[in-house]
Amino acid sequence: MIYLQTLLGVLVFIGVGLSAGWVFREMLVFITSRNTGKFLRTAPLTACFGMLVIAIYIICAVFAPFIAPYGEADILSGGFEPWSSTYILGTDNLGRDVFTRLIYGARNTVGIAFLITALAFLFGTILGIFAALKGGIIDQGMSRLIDVLMAIPSLIFSLLMLTIFGTSVLSLVIIIATIDSTRVFRIARAVSLNIVQLDYVEAAKLRGESTSYLILREILPNAMAPLAAEFGLRFCFVFLMISALSFLGLGLQPPTADWGSMVRDNADLISFGDITPLIPAGAIALLTIAVNFVVDWLLHRASGLKD
Amino acid sequence: MPARKSASSSSSDLLLHMKNIHIKGKSDEKWIDIINGVDLELNRGEVLGLIGESGAGKSTLGLAAMGFCRDGCKITDGSIHFDGMDMMSLSKDELRLLRGHRISYVAQSAAASFNPAHKLIDQFCEAPMIHNVMSRSQATEYAIDLYHRINLPDPDQFGFRYPHEVSGGQLQRAMTAMALSCRPDLIIFDEPTTALDVTTQIEVLAAIKDIVKEFNTAAIYISHDLAVVAQMADRIKVLLKGDEVEQAATDVMLKSPSEDYTKSLWAVREYNRKEQKKPAKTEMPIISIKNVTAGYASKLDVLKDVSFDIYKKRTVAVVGESGSGKSTTARVVTGLLQPRMGSVSFEGETLPAGYQSRSRDQLRRIQMIYQMADTALNPKLRIRDLIARPANMYLGLNGKALEERVRNLLHMIEMEPDQFIDRLPSELSGGQKQRIGIARAIAAEPSIIICDEVTSALDQLVAEGILKLLDRLQSELDLSYMFITHDLATVRAIADEVVVMKDGIVVEQGIKSKMFTPPHHPYTELLLGSVPEMDPKWLDRLLDERGKDNLGDAAIAKMRNQGLT
Amino acid sequence: MPNIISMIIKRLGLGVLTLLLLSLLIFLSVEALPGDLAETILGQQATPETVAAIRKDLGLDQPPITRYLNWLGGVLQGDFGNSLALKKPISSLIAPRIQNTLFLTLYTAAIAVPLSIILGLAVSLFRNSYFDRITNTTALAAISMPEFFVGYIMIYFFALSGYFPSMANINANTPLLDKLYLCFLPALTLTLVVTAHMMRMTRAAIINVLALPYIEMARLKGAKPSRIIVRHALPNAIAPIVNVVALNLAYLITGVVIVEIVFVFPGLGQLMVDGVKFRDVPVVQATALIFASAYVGLNLLADIISTISNPRLMRQR
Repeated sequence: MIYLQTLLGVLVFIGVGLSAGWVFREMLVFITSRNTGKFLRTAPLTACFGMLVIAIYIICAVFAPFIAPYGEADILSGGFEPWSSTYILGTDNLGRDVFTRLIYGARNTVGIAFLITALAFLFGTILGIFAALKGGIIDQGMSRLIDVLMAIPSLIFSLLMLTIFGTSVLSLVIIIATIDSTRVFRIARAVSLNIVQLDYVEAAKLRGESTSYLILREILPNAMAPLAAEFGLRFCFVFLMISALSFLGLGLQPPTADWGSMVRDNADLISFGDITPLIPAGAIALLTIAVNFVVDWLLHRASGLKD
Repeated sequence: MPARKSASSSSSDLLLHMKNIHIKGKSDEKWIDIINGVDLELNRGEVLGLIGESGAGKSTLGLAAMGFCRDGCKITDGSIHFDGMDMMSLSKDELRLLRGHRISYVAQSAAASFNPAHKLIDQFCEAPMIHNVMSRSQATEYAIDLYHRINLPDPDQFGFRYPHEVSGGQLQRAMTAMALSCRPDLIIFDEPTTALDVTTQIEVLAAIKDIVKEFNTAAIYISHDLAVVAQMADRIKVLLKGDEVEQAATDVMLKSPSEDYTKSLWAVREYNRKEQKKPAKTEMPIISIKNVTAGYASKLDVLKDVSFDIYKKRTVAVVGESGSGKSTTARVVTGLLQPRMGSVSFEGETLPAGYQSRSRDQLRRIQMIYQMADTALNPKLRIRDLIARPANMYLGLNGKALEERVRNLLHMIEMEPDQFIDRLPSELSGGQKQRIGIARAIAAEPSIIICDEVTSALDQLVAEGILKLLDRLQSELDLSYMFITHDLATVRAIADEVVVMKDGIVVEQGIKSKMFTPPHHPYTELLLGSVPEMDPKWLDRLLDERGKDNLGDAAIAKMRNQGLT
Repeated sequence: MPNIISMIIKRLGLGVLTLLLLSLLIFLSVEALPGDLAETILGQQATPETVAAIRKDLGLDQPPITRYLNWLGGVLQGDFGNSLALKKPISSLIAPRIQNTLFLTLYTAAIAVPLSIILGLAVSLFRNSYFDRITNTTALAAISMPEFFVGYIMIYFFALSGYFPSMANINANTPLLDKLYLCFLPALTLTLVVTAHMMRMTRAAIINVLALPYIEMARLKGAKPSRIIVRHALPNAIAPIVNVVALNLAYLITGVVIVEIVFVFPGLGQLMVDGVKFRDVPVVQATALIFASAYVGLNLLADIISTISNPRLMRQR
């Protein structure tokens, strides 16, 4: 019975999600300029659904204090209140409103993941392009170093580093951004290696252009499309990683609301058949799915245009 | 050897009949016409040449003759009858049984069309075994037989190699043999020699001609090169943007084409600039390359003791086949590659070897135009910025003066400024992009421009326009050109002096008129002799004169033995 | 042939070098620990005398290079030192857990690798069909889910109803069949996540190959679609597929840590997480080194297999 109900639920969710995606696309096409509209028309419904979800998360993150009924760390009752009209999703182990913390979690978890990804891209991209452009010993040296760093699985590496530097937000950001920038370096270098050997870069070199001009004007603009898609993928990765760390109790520290730790704090409820801890986990999954759907469309488009 | 299949339906001579073919292709979510209503008839044993520039739809039409469409294409209208069978009404499996069996295909790039994971002989045997024409051992025997016939080296062992172990010309011949594996009624040759050097091309042409004649196979020979098609075809059909322009028997078509488009195609080959007069003995060359020996990271030298001069207002054509070192010479001149020995001097002054240590003025005076205009222009910059950058950097132009200069340059390359100045490179045609490349070079007000195969990626008519433009700019701006090319027709059209290179060595050099009249160095002679002429009898005559064993790789190997190259 | 052997030896050498650098990195990162390990251990009770005693005990009074070599020498003999929190030799903690984790990983791989390659082949054979699109989208969704989400969903659906246990409490003496039963949910969780990845990447690898001219040639020879996939595309896709498999098995290492926590599984991942919580540095060092070595080893293996599968490298001109 429970399986049938769930299956039905999932199907209804997909149906509603895709229709909402369709409505969202029509709306976007209506309000944006003609060219953007034409571009958006090529988006499959999954990607529209993805964009819609991302938009909702952003709204939640920005307007969290206005949407949430209570304060982020307010202790309102005894632990584990059931779902009710006062506490829409009940309260957690310490008696804080789960719904409120879910909303604030969007701000904290997504915000930090975004910050980390942006930092990783800033360093990874510039160094990657630099290595590809310079070639020779500089490139070899940097690449070998990165290879060694990448030979440690990132979760393991971050656990090691967190042991050493402790679990503050700052060390979390620096550690994961560093680890992730090695992956960005790899991809940025590979993309730029293809661009560097093109004639227009050679022409610019022969013209006597400076290294910064070559990076910023000749290579970066042409590497933007693959890097943008990669940004989406890396964001998902970072987001899942800090959620995993929080789940292990090593990520964002209380009383900051965070989805990963919400799952851990309330995990015991699962064995009583209460799905409350699945909701923040689902929130994580939903955002990653959404981003992946959009990235998939962009990648598909990019590969389609090549041939 | 298998017996020839009897014609299934009738005694009629008509083998293939395509009527009113329409094919559309999907591009950016829209369906675009590729072929709009072309008819094609082919008799048994007849060879039809399909001629056209890029985008004419030749390959698409050729594949349609096999009832095949590439992904993203579809036949929207028309009928195809092969040997009396209506191909449009055949099921997928029935069509599959025809392909490779009764109709086979020879692709442009053999290197890409052989599966790298299997030996050549296994790939040869595949079709006969799929279609149950021969057993494996029969097919192997037959393959070795054919390898003998088309003069492949070590024919008994040849097939037991992997594709990467064999040269490009040999692979292309092996592919021709493979097309014959089931003794088909029809072979489609899709630009089979376009990717090859001229001297290698001859061997492949000879093999194809021999095989088609021997087995009396009908063929469709697709090419953009008229002289090549003239050697092969009984009848020629000219296509333009998916429409048929005209068709006629080969000799009629060559002598008196009736349509203007066809005439203009023919006329391209007659463009010939008159040779500039020789420089005075006392004149200082603009560029002087002295005893340059150079190579890339490995120990091998790509250039060996190369020397030649380029004088003011003159065009020096550097001719050679792939691997001859002509582009490497250009890299040494521009400073991208530092020579191991020797030097390059500019107006008598020795240039620093690497471009990084050259002065801005030295960089400015040597400019370059590239083969692939697509990759030579930054796709994210507008035409305005592309051309303005050198003018701003080298000559310090700004604001109004810069805008004025850009417009002026666009006028010089015959492009309307108002229409083009704000476009992106992707919004231009191939020829227009190449013109922008030229404008960017002359914006620096250089003394010499290195043109690296600037016309080889372009259609003939467009290429001719570019050559004429370069010619005009040369006299207006007193430019010198170093013109790198593999195409002797281009040399004939534009050069004052010719430098022939082979394996990194300058084989011969001199003024154009001298270079095109005998006596030649044996390599120059081979090179000149290998360029197809518009005479349909040319190939047969050449084969008679030189003999099968004195062409292409074989001839070069002989020269090497005699110590001539 | 000598080519290939020298190439493999070169790769192996590079792998060993990477491992050495890794061990150095892991060792040095602990050196960078703010404060002294001895003080960390003693915390509040640190007096100069006790600190000095512990320092001597741990060999901290010796220069770093000597300590590194001692540590490395110990590791090579299976001696990882003592756990600070549990005061036991680390090797005795690791030995049973490494077996458990290895069991779970192999269990998963045995299901996931064949499943995903077959699915990947099927999907590329019917590419652009509805079957392809739905499988692909589902896989994309599955990849996006955190392991603990999948794990708890498994518990919610299969453990609450009593079909499978939610705690995979096994030890060395558990019979194999019981082990398979007890570990079913964690293995299924890992399988779901990894299969989706592997299937998508297998599909991409094959479709990349399918766009090449020699595939068109095979079609024009009249080969059947199944023959094209199996005989023409697959041999050329082995290298990318092997890489995909290795990459995902390596990914399992990361996934295992989380899944072990969800199912309270007595494996290496749990040991490491506990080590991090108690800042038990030697334990973290040891587990990190083991995980990283497995990762490097897998990638090395993939590299060698894909080299061997390529005739261009096997038979050089």
